[in-house]
Amino acid sequence: MKQKFSMMDATSRDDFKTYGGLILVFILVSILSVAGMLNSQMKGLLVPLCVYAIMAISLNLVVGILGELSIGHAGFMCVGAFASAFFSKVTVGSMPDLLRFIIAIIIGGIVAGIFGFLIGIPVLRLRGDYLAIVTLAFGEIIKNIINVLYVGRDANGFHFSITSANDLGMDLTTGEIIINGPQGITGTPKDSTFAIAFIVLMIALIVVLNLIHSRDGRAIMSVRDNAIAAESVGINITKYKLIAFTISAVIAGFAGALYAHNLATLIATPARFGYNMSIMFLVFVVLGGIGSTRGSIIAAVVLTLIPEVLRFMANYRMLIYSIVLIVIMLINWSPSVKGWLDKHVYSNIPFLSKIRAKEGN
Amino acid sequence: MALLEINNLGIQFGGLRAVDDFKLTIEKGELYGLIGPNGAGKTTVFNLLTGEYKPNEGVIKLDGQDITGKRPIDINRAGIARTFQNIRLFKKLTVLDNVKVGLHNQYHYSTAVSILRLPKYYQVEKAMNERAMELLKVFGLDTDADKILASNLPYGQQRKLEIARALATNPKLLLLDEPAAGMNPNETQELMDTIKYIQKHFDMTILLIEHDMKLVSGICEKLTVLNFGRILTQGDTKTVLANPEVIKAYLGDD
Repeated sequence: MKQKFSMMDATSRDDFKTYGGLILVFILVSILSVAGMLNSQMKGLLVPLCVYAIMAISLNLVVGILGELSIGHAGFMCVGAFASAFFSKVTVGSMPDLLRFIIAIIIGGIVAGIFGFLIGIPVLRLRGDYLAIVTLAFGEIIKNIINVLYVGRDANGFHFSITSANDLGMDLTTGEIIINGPQGITGTPKDSTFAIAFIVLMIALIVVLNLIHSRDGRAIMSVRDNAIAAESVGINITKYKLIAFTISAVIAGFAGALYAHNLATLIATPARFGYNMSIMFLVFVVLGGIGSTRGSIIAAVVLTLIPEVLRFMANYRMLIYSIVLIVIMLINWSPSVKGWLDKHVYSNIPFLSKIRAKEGN
Repeated sequence: MALLEINNLGIQFGGLRAVDDFKLTIEKGELYGLIGPNGAGKTTVFNLLTGEYKPNEGVIKLDGQDITGKRPIDINRAGIARTFQNIRLFKKLTVLDNVKVGLHNQYHYSTAVSILRLPKYYQVEKAMNERAMELLKVFGLDTDADKILASNLPYGQQRKLEIARALATNPKLLLLDEPAAGMNPNETQELMDTIKYIQKHFDMTILLIEHDMKLVSGICEKLTVLNFGRILTQGDTKTVLANPEVIKAYLGDD
């Protein structure tokens, strides 16, 4: 009976290493920032870094833990971003900023979660790659819908239109346009700070890791490993797929809320919420080692930093970026490179070899 | 009352009647064998019993309860657990976690409890660990069960783990689909002992499909022989195996 307790300790100890490592990085970066050792470009990157790390955690839950493919995760981020920015625009000034921002983040999560749930109900009943197709479509459609959405508020209440701002029939002297079609939302309060973004990141991480090491998490992973066997031992496949996917969407909504409150103007452009973004998140997850939450976060941070750090060699940075991608891919997936590293690198560094042994297989 | 009662069961795939007019009665505590040449429809019967396929006709009753055409999860909850011909483990989970997935419906705490790590999480997990280790001990799989991934177990132990996982769901009836497939004579002998032990120790009713005649004649109390989707004969193991029709079905004419 002693073994099983050591097991529980081992997994939680591993989780706490991840938490501890992240907190250490946070403290270090905060000190550097206060000491003025970060340039403005790096400072500006801190919130997006957290946002991307949260997206990596979120997508890893679907791709790595549930074993379904979502290639429209930026869509959930987009929904969360607009829902929270809309709330902030409407309520700004009516309550303390911090409280309003916290509620905005929660609203971003809930709205994205509702979308995740609604998409999941029909699609997750099916077996196969349907989720990939539907999320891909969702990511593209949601962007287009927001681009033709006009919402304004005046003394008479809210006005909606999907044709133009003029059709809102608003009294512009008493009200303002909140969502202005392709111009999006302007003037969202810039509430996102590195500290808050980091706290949300930690919450997302704790939620996902605790979920993975629980009864529900085991059920979710059993569906990934063998759906037929999972059913045969009484696991409700659709239910657990829905739980995982909805939680993932909620977390993506949090990320969207942080993202929205870091921008002066929120527009649903392809560059921000398009297909390429979704694929970038997928790259984080795949290169981080599918299923490894810690790896996803590291990949998100490294792959976001590289193009920025290399900005001074503008012409070559995408070249170097692509080389880094290939190298990481080789390290992660090629058995011969893995074997070589184990033999010549990790075995010589006790700390690393311990981690390798744990992650092993 | 019999534990399992199947009457007039049939399923058709296109023009092929894979199983036709299938009858079976198993009393509580029996060790029952389902045999027949390749393609006779044995696994199809299992798939019908576990809800993987929906029968076109017939009635399946477990402990008096009609379970015909129900979903696999409902049938498992009603009390039927199975193993698979081609092993289906949760490969990337540990040995212990595989069994804990089997315990899923007997130990409960909510998603919120797991995310917030409330005291109930630790209580229930502890109980699950104890129960799972108990089961694994029966199969000699308890060493390092929390560290070894299911996919890293040797073949024979993977088969045993599958049985342990099925037992974890606390079934009334255990279905074993070719448990000795791919095993050497030593492993088969060990498996026979294990199956006997399960029958006694857990007071379990077992229905198994098997090609290994040594295993079948060694442990099965009764047999049903299928051929081309229809019952050739059923009854006591000795009588059935002495039946010339059965020998003909297996070895062919002359």
